[in-house]
Amino acid sequence: MWRYAIPVGLLAVLGVFLARGLTLNPGYVPSPLIGKPAPEFNLPALKDPDARVGSEVFEGQLSLLNVWATWCVGCRQEHGFLVELAGSSGIPIYGLNWKDDRGTALQWLERLGDPYVASAVDADGDVAIDWGVYGAPETFLIDRDGTVLYKHIAPLTAEIWQERFVPIVTEKCGSFPCLQDGIQ
Amino acid sequence: MTQRLLALLALTFFAAVGGAQTDEGLSDPALNARYQALIREVRCLVCQNQTIADSNADLASDLRREIREMIESGATDNEISDFLVARYGDFVLYRPPMQPNTWALWGGPAAMVIIGLVVFARVMRTRSRQPLDEDEFHEDQGAI
Repeated sequence: MWRYAIPVGLLAVLGVFLARGLTLNPGYVPSPLIGKPAPEFNLPALKDPDARVGSEVFEGQLSLLNVWATWCVGCRQEHGFLVELAGSSGIPIYGLNWKDDRGTALQWLERLGDPYVASAVDADGDVAIDWGVYGAPETFLIDRDGTVLYKHIAPLTAEIWQERFVPIVTEKCGSFPCLQDGIQ
Repeated sequence: MTQRLLALLALTFFAAVGGAQTDEGLSDPALNARYQALIREVRCLVCQNQTIADSNADLASDLRREIREMIESGATDNEISDFLVARYGDFVLYRPPMQPNTWALWGGPAAMVIIGLVVFARVMRTRSRQPLDEDEFHEDQGAI
């Protein structure tokens, strides 16, 4: 009996590792930014190149930062949901327009609707590197004090929003939709 | 047929040695050597089985630019890898650091070899104690 225990035990260990490997998504790399202060930035605004959008916009309210670009297929996919979210969640969405063409980006917002309070133009991708962005679309949830609470990679959908974001928002906000001062 | 196979082989070989960045580099040879070594240690997260030296992805070229700028401004290799890990996590390094959650990764292969050797030694020891059975004895005789 005893002589079978070792191979069977080894097989079981191997099975656990393989099962774990099969269920992991290698495309998902957890962000080391969670729980850390949001990286600072100060970039030109998409709609008005003379104006600036900086990381201080996150102060005082729960907000979302969505990394998007017109060359990004997933961004097109989630756009409708973002527009819906902007109107219903009570959470302001800021955009980080990543390595995009300004004219095309403006057209896109005009045609599909603009869910963003403001979009910052990251033309050379430096701010995206600071935020650990590796594949748009990415969506960050940021706390009132500027702490990164959560990051979602891939298009945002109603299911993912409900499952991953709403619990955190409800905990931080006390309610959902989030009723925040000064935000409709 | 053989020629065709050889041609195919040659093609795959060239595909393998062709890297992404051809236009870039630092003019100072010492700094450039550090740069070339560093970009071969950094994973491109867009195409995860390539280094940023191999990858044509936009993000890889941005990261190469960032690393060049950091080297030029006097950052050490450690500062650069800390910079990358702070943003992208340990996964960005092809050579993961030795820390509690990577002990299994670093120690695993050695542990496997040791287990294998122990099993092998035990099997050999028990076998050598058993007398040969009749059939095996005759087979051996026949071979001689």
